[in-house]
Amino acid sequence: MKITLKLFATFRNGRFKVAEQELAEGTDVRQVVLSLGLTEEEIGIVMLNGRHGELDSKLSHGDTLSLFPLVGGG
Amino acid sequence: MDKIFRVNMTDLTTKIEEVPAAWAGLGGRGLTSTIVAAEVPPTCHALSAENKLVFAPGLLTGTAAANSGRLSAGAKSPLTGGIKESNAGGTAAQMLAKLGIKAIIIEGAPKTGAWYNLAVSANGVTINEEKELLGLGNFAVIDAVEARLGKKTGVLTIGPAGELKMTAANISVKDPDSKIRSHGRGGLGAVMGSKQIKFISIDSEGAKAVTIADPEKFKTAARAFSKALLDHPVSGEGLPTYGTNVLVNILNEAGGLPTKNFTTGQFEAHDKISGETMYDTIVARGGKHKHGCHAGCIIQCSQVYHDSEGKYVTSGFEYETIWGLGADCCVENLDDIARADNLMDDIGIDSIETAVMFGVAMEAGILPFGDGKGIIRLLTEEIAKGTALGRVLGGGAASVGRTYGVTRVPVVKNQGIPAYDPRSVKGIGITYATSTMGADHTSGYTIATNILNVGGYVDPLKKDGQVELSRNLQIATAAVDSTGMCIFVAFPALDIPECLPALIDMINARFGIALTGDDVTNLGKYILKTEREFNQKAGLTNVHDRLPDFFKTEPVAPHNAVWDFTDEEIDEFWNF
Ligand code: SF4
Repeated sequence: MKITLKLFATFRNGRFKVAEQELAEGTDVRQVVLSLGLTEEEIGIVMLNGRHGELDSKLSHGDTLSLFPLVGGG
Repeated sequence: MDKIFRVNMTDLTTKIEEVPAAWAGLGGRGLTSTIVAAEVPPTCHALSAENKLVFAPGLLTGTAAANSGRLSAGAKSPLTGGIKESNAGGTAAQMLAKLGIKAIIIEGAPKTGAWYNLAVSANGVTINEEKELLGLGNFAVIDAVEARLGKKTGVLTIGPAGELKMTAANISVKDPDSKIRSHGRGGLGAVMGSKQIKFISIDSEGAKAVTIADPEKFKTAARAFSKALLDHPVSGEGLPTYGTNVLVNILNEAGGLPTKNFTTGQFEAHDKISGETMYDTIVARGGKHKHGCHAGCIIQCSQVYHDSEGKYVTSGFEYETIWGLGADCCVENLDDIARADNLMDDIGIDSIETAVMFGVAMEAGILPFGDGKGIIRLLTEEIAKGTALGRVLGGGAASVGRTYGVTRVPVVKNQGIPAYDPRSVKGIGITYATSTMGADHTSGYTIATNILNVGGYVDPLKKDGQVELSRNLQIATAAVDSTGMCIFVAFPALDIPECLPALIDMINARFGIALTGDDVTNLGKYILKTEREFNQKAGLTNVHDRLPDFFKTEPVAPHNAVWDFTDEEIDEFWNF
């Protein structure tokens, strides 16, 4: 299956902004995070198709996954 | 002992008063709102002699506590018709606190057309007639006051917008680089203009260290507090790197970035105006990506933005401004937005109200969506000059909506709704609806928990838990706004258990008292209730605690969310 993976803030350093990824069926968010060389603790916000997701969320073909470190403003 | 400095602009007299016992435990917002509620007739015209403009540093301002240098300004708002507290950084708060000034109360209004400046020093306030600086922008005023009175002088000033009593006018505060921070919201610049005061100078000669009842305890608590601020990823790393503008991409992903005057929730050109792009641009042009609005800020969310030639354009370039002129007005050029930000500081007009206003003006056909140069032209040619059109624009979003017959006008109690769509981030909708300040994200920043996973998580698209979340945050914020603390201390306070007790310990050590967590919560409740009572007497009731109808009838993409709270559900907010 194919997903769109978007990275934000410091996660872009040495990586990319957005990329298409070919993944095995049944891959979850955690596996994608680890494959990027990131740790679970570094993840602030997971968004799956514009809604909050979990590290355990399973991905499906056509999903957009966005990963943010813990950041904020106001 | 701290004193109250009282200035009467009707008979041009000043007094130094003892602090009444009832006010002794108050500072910042708690004090300005208490004074306004006690002394201003709620039904008065906000630009009349009966209104009072109050400045108060927070309870911890002037001490070594990190991030404690914020100044509260309060009055009846000419924009909302209700009570207003707006707080800002800059150098003034710490100077006032070290001079032992608990609050400055400015009342009355001159009987002639003469304009004045106020000179505040350890000896009191003098009222001086001012001719030379009338009509000037805020940057020129700050330069001139420094030339007249010395580089270290603190300055509170209004630009042309305040002189013209526009309801979006703000009060500017000189920052450590002689640039500007603002008491932005609610038209307090017009109140200062109605008192015919162009600027207030502060001479810190004779300023003393603020007395601390228990210095050892204070030091321990201050250290624990600073550690919490630096340890939390938001305040310790995110804010100093990307500033508040990191939110553009987050809100865009979440579908909560109000775009094209609130007609959709995502902006196609989001990346061009994002915090990530801004960071790269600032670094490439030799600006500063971190910067504090006052000495003692260790978070440093501010920045200095340069143009392509490496010259200063603006600082304190916030997410709400960039969202407003960017996504909401569809302007894709960050340099145009930066230039407009600087102009708004100079003219002395609230950058949130004005950005929301331009979205409505674009819908009205005054200029096309995306026209960044048009925004700059209207700011300089119309608003700064006070033409008839400029005065309509300077009245804010509701003023333009009324004048041009626009129905999609994002305001609550006449104040522009900022940066987060209440249909797709429902907690913030409760804050906009119920805040005593009119639509104000800072008064109960549910984005932390709805979007940023700080202080837990409450699903932004569902109604469950939003009223309680907003209530708890509004109560806590009212208390924090009384300490002189920057509201961004809330991020660590929501997640790190040692943070809030350290804050309370600092207050206790400063005054030799023994407040508990419950006392602090009760202070927050007292402030909200005092403000609400003022508003009710001024004619703002629960009927005004509502979002505009279009949020109920127009679903917002991508989630097709609508505002679906009933009136009864919103009114639950006040059950405490
Ligand atoms: S974090 Fe930002 S707003 Fe807060 S005190 Fe520092 S510079 Fe000012």
